[in-house]
Amino acid sequence: MNQKYEQALNDYNKKISSAATEDMVLNMGPQHPSTHGVLRLELITDGEIVKEVIPHIGYLHRCFEKHAESLTYQQTIPFTDRMDYLASMNNSHAFVMGVERMMGIDKDIPKRVEYIRVLVCELNRIGSHLIAIGTYGIDIGAFTPFLWCFRDREHIMGMLEWASGSRMLYNYIWVGGLFYDLPVGFEERCREFVDYFKPKMTELNQLLTDNQVFINRTANVGVLPLDVAINYGCSGPMLRGSGLRWDLRRIDNYSAYPELEFDVPVGKGEMGAVGDCWDRYKVRVDEIEQSLRMIEQCLDRLQKELKRTPDFDPRAKLPRKTIPKAQDYYVRCEGAKGELGFYFMADGKSEIPTRVKARAPSFSNLSVLPEIARGVMIADLIAIVGSIDFVLGEVDR
Amino acid sequence: MSFDEITQLLTDKFGADTIAGTETGGLQPALLIHPDHITTVCLELRNNPNTYFDFLSSLTGVDYGTEANRFGVVYHLASIPYQTQLTLKISKENNRDLNELPAFPSITSVYRSADWHEREAYDLTGIFFEGHPDLRRILLPDDWEGFPLRKDYKTAEFYKGIKID
Repeated sequence: MNQKYEQALNDYNKKISSAATEDMVLNMGPQHPSTHGVLRLELITDGEIVKEVIPHIGYLHRCFEKHAESLTYQQTIPFTDRMDYLASMNNSHAFVMGVERMMGIDKDIPKRVEYIRVLVCELNRIGSHLIAIGTYGIDIGAFTPFLWCFRDREHIMGMLEWASGSRMLYNYIWVGGLFYDLPVGFEERCREFVDYFKPKMTELNQLLTDNQVFINRTANVGVLPLDVAINYGCSGPMLRGSGLRWDLRRIDNYSAYPELEFDVPVGKGEMGAVGDCWDRYKVRVDEIEQSLRMIEQCLDRLQKELKRTPDFDPRAKLPRKTIPKAQDYYVRCEGAKGELGFYFMADGKSEIPTRVKARAPSFSNLSVLPEIARGVMIADLIAIVGSIDFVLGEVDR
Repeated sequence: MSFDEITQLLTDKFGADTIAGTETGGLQPALLIHPDHITTVCLELRNNPNTYFDFLSSLTGVDYGTEANRFGVVYHLASIPYQTQLTLKISKENNRDLNELPAFPSITSVYRSADWHEREAYDLTGIFFEGHPDLRRILLPDDWEGFPLRKDYKTAEFYKGIKID
């Protein structure tokens, strides 16, 4: 092996060994509960002060890109579900949209299918944000919101299980259509859930959002300035928490989103500086409310002009052979954690892509951690890690 | 700015040999850049008030196959103020010798998000980035042999003496 390829590794080893004599090297993870999965953070600490954070990822690497190179587009959809396993619908939606555009069939998708896709994606987004909020509470010592969030998320899981047959990894959105139409009575049950859930959000806000202890732990902690966020490629609630109104559902206007009314919440620095942990948390809380609005609008249309008919077949537009023209295509959409992108290289001859790259939002969001966690207290580091809301399945793919 | 205007802007600024060509066949046109100029081109595209590509969406290392023996990097830039996207590509030939990895300039000085993406490209496709501050493997263990996303990669039979089934 050429010596210069080993250079960075040698430098790193030297840094750790010299830090071990002068400061203290502390390993947080991979089994630490507040790292939300198998993330290992190597901290160089001076007493309680974190001088440097070195994240080590890859413990959950499952070779998504390698698998995608040997499977057809349709077969890869279950693998996308396993990237961000808390919001599987959003992943397969992005992947499927990219393939459909390459095939040139994205305009033929029936309206009812598009609305069902948005409906399940927004339900899944609420589920993902509920986990983010609940586990964030438990990270900094509030146990009750965790139980409340999981109780409410269970209703979403139950509904999506009813529609697709599985609780977390759905394989529901297919290229050209859906696995099945919604089961009879889904819309009514979903509406019941929305009516049940709205007051629960008020309760949750009273318990956690306005809680003075919670505010003291999160306000003015882990401030992420907007220019740093953009330069590090942060997206989603991370970027919006820093005050930029940037939501790909609005910017790219894909699927049924241009026909829906919703606002894009941003961090305003109500409790401290703009872009602190509380702002990021609050953006997620506000997004749940916007998702509920979108779900209600979807349900209105699905129960009125796009009503279920006996001869409606969600698989009618499924292509016999998924062979896109030879081209490269990068598709991006707003996943639950931020900009989720897939880059395809199709050779125009086979159903198997020559290269697929997944641009995971959590990957870029996590890469900003060493920058904003420099010089904070160890306890604050927990608050910052929780506020980033990453899923290791997506970071490592 | 449209794709043609950006091409024109770069040609005027850096001369014709900066741009090796364009790909306009698919849905998204791509600019082929000469590898040595990628950092200055990115810096110009980011700082020029008419383009302002301030967001690096994605960076992909690509192996173009065992016949072509080409390696490349694809950059997807996005401009937040103008809401536009742009694809840049660089590539060069390489004989797959593991002591002479294909080397491209790093753009971490322009976009910090390229840091981890370049580490990933190095880790999986074996592309070396000159001037990267910390080019270690990121997803695989430090002692992994070979680069899995290369088209000639053979699955290892043993890892540290343990048989892989």
